[in-house]
Amino acid sequence: MAVSIRTDGEAAGLASPSTRSATVASWDQPILLRLVSIALFAGIWEVAGRIPVSFAFPTFSDTIVAFFGLLADGSLATAYLSTLQPLVLGVVLSAFLGVGLGTICGLWRTGEWLVIPVFIVLQAAPVAAFIPMVTFVYGIGMTAKTLAVMILALPVIVLNTYKAVRNVNESLLVMCRSFMGTRWQTVAKIILPDASPVIFAGLRLGVAAGFVGVVLAELLITPTGIGDLITFHRSRADYAEMYATIASIIALSTLTLVFLQWVEVRVFRPESRGT
Amino acid sequence: MGATALRNGPSPVPAPIDSIVEVRGISKTYGNVEALRGIDLDFPRGKLTSLLGPSGCGKTTLLKIIAGLIRADGGTVAINGKRVSAPGPERAFVFQDFALMPWATVMRNVAFGLELRGTNKAEREEIARRYIAEVGLAGFEDKYPHQLSGGMRQRVGLARALSVDADVLLLDEPFSAVDEQNRRKFQEDLIRLRTNQNKTFIFVTHSIEEAVYISDRIVLLSPRPGRVSQIIEPEIGRSGDPERIHRDRHYLDTVEEIWQGLKQYVE
Repeated sequence: MAVSIRTDGEAAGLASPSTRSATVASWDQPILLRLVSIALFAGIWEVAGRIPVSFAFPTFSDTIVAFFGLLADGSLATAYLSTLQPLVLGVVLSAFLGVGLGTICGLWRTGEWLVIPVFIVLQAAPVAAFIPMVTFVYGIGMTAKTLAVMILALPVIVLNTYKAVRNVNESLLVMCRSFMGTRWQTVAKIILPDASPVIFAGLRLGVAAGFVGVVLAELLITPTGIGDLITFHRSRADYAEMYATIASIIALSTLTLVFLQWVEVRVFRPESRGT
Repeated sequence: MGATALRNGPSPVPAPIDSIVEVRGISKTYGNVEALRGIDLDFPRGKLTSLLGPSGCGKTTLLKIIAGLIRADGGTVAINGKRVSAPGPERAFVFQDFALMPWATVMRNVAFGLELRGTNKAEREEIARRYIAEVGLAGFEDKYPHQLSGGMRQRVGLARALSVDADVLLLDEPFSAVDEQNRRKFQEDLIRLRTNQNKTFIFVTHSIEEAVYISDRIVLLSPRPGRVSQIIEPEIGRSGDPERIHRDRHYLDTVEEIWQGLKQYVE
């Protein structure tokens, strides 16, 4: 505690011109806090598992052991191999299609009127209800699962991109025009960078929704991949394995989102690094 | 009074020896508000001309029409004798709100005009580096706008306008978002810069002191509808210490005279 107060004081004193030490100080603490937060969560889980809260609720340590068991026998790898295909395909398609459609709608009135209402309805709808319909039309293969991912991921990506492009900083547009920027230059050098924080917020929500979509599809359409692994272990009452599978997909989803944030700061908003 | 050349009335002023920007019969109406009516003006080459007037007199509108950023309802603007209606390479704009890209470094912001023109990276960064030094920001090339003060941000905006090597610099109340101390320093630098750079400046301001301090020529606009009410050429020596201008008798007289003229438009 005393240490943190001292570094804060230092950081304030060193506000300019080099904020290097201030950034270092403000980086260390959140990482430590995050680790503490994870440890706290694991501890509560362990205690709850030992009470036990329910006979179907394994302890944290059992889940970790089960996780390494699943890793060792290769069932986790096999499951992810089949889950990741529709997931990655669906998410990548949604990202490109969503950002593209959203940008067009943001720039072009007619497109806005044609496309945006559909996605507003889609975003409001309980989309999981569409999944049986998707199965009915496209069967139980890759197509249906990819579509399930896209139905969930696409609306939020399109709508966020659209809003971000519509609300682009007017004075930067005028600036670009005054220095004779072409339409393309305006879109590439001003509109997209300016919109990127909101676009990326949409992408993060979209990717998270894509994970929901693929798990739903595997639970509802065809028992394969992660969904199958969850169902299988539940049916055998291997609760530690079931929780390990669930936790693994949550972890993967979290890591993907962290990675996405890293890409955003790295590529699009270098100025927000360390602040 | 005696040292100040005065020309009264909205009638066209006889063209100065060499005018780079010619404004003829410009009018602009927003809805049912007449922002500008029949503006005829000549801007002499290599001089700093201020457009001065109370808010609502259309001075920024006129500047943006000259810049080609706003379309006039009637009349023409000619630069070097050529009619223009869109932004062009012979004009560069400095914005009231700086209009810097927050995601780009000082270097990229300053070089942005050249980047849009397709100048290659090495060349445009060399030019930008020179103008960054010229406005006193050497060493800040890799900083981002949010790391700079208001005054420094506007210096970036000025360097960006200088680096495209336009003949005419259009400045829209460039110091209004800058604190008082920085403004004074910036005005002094602008006077110095103007003697080094062989450029024409058109400067919009609502500050009488600022206009008299830096201008060769002041165009007074009256509001509703915006019209040219007076053109003043303060004859103040700017060769010496810029600090001394503030105590110069002609400076003080001219400020007072303009204030007397503008008083009637202030509620």
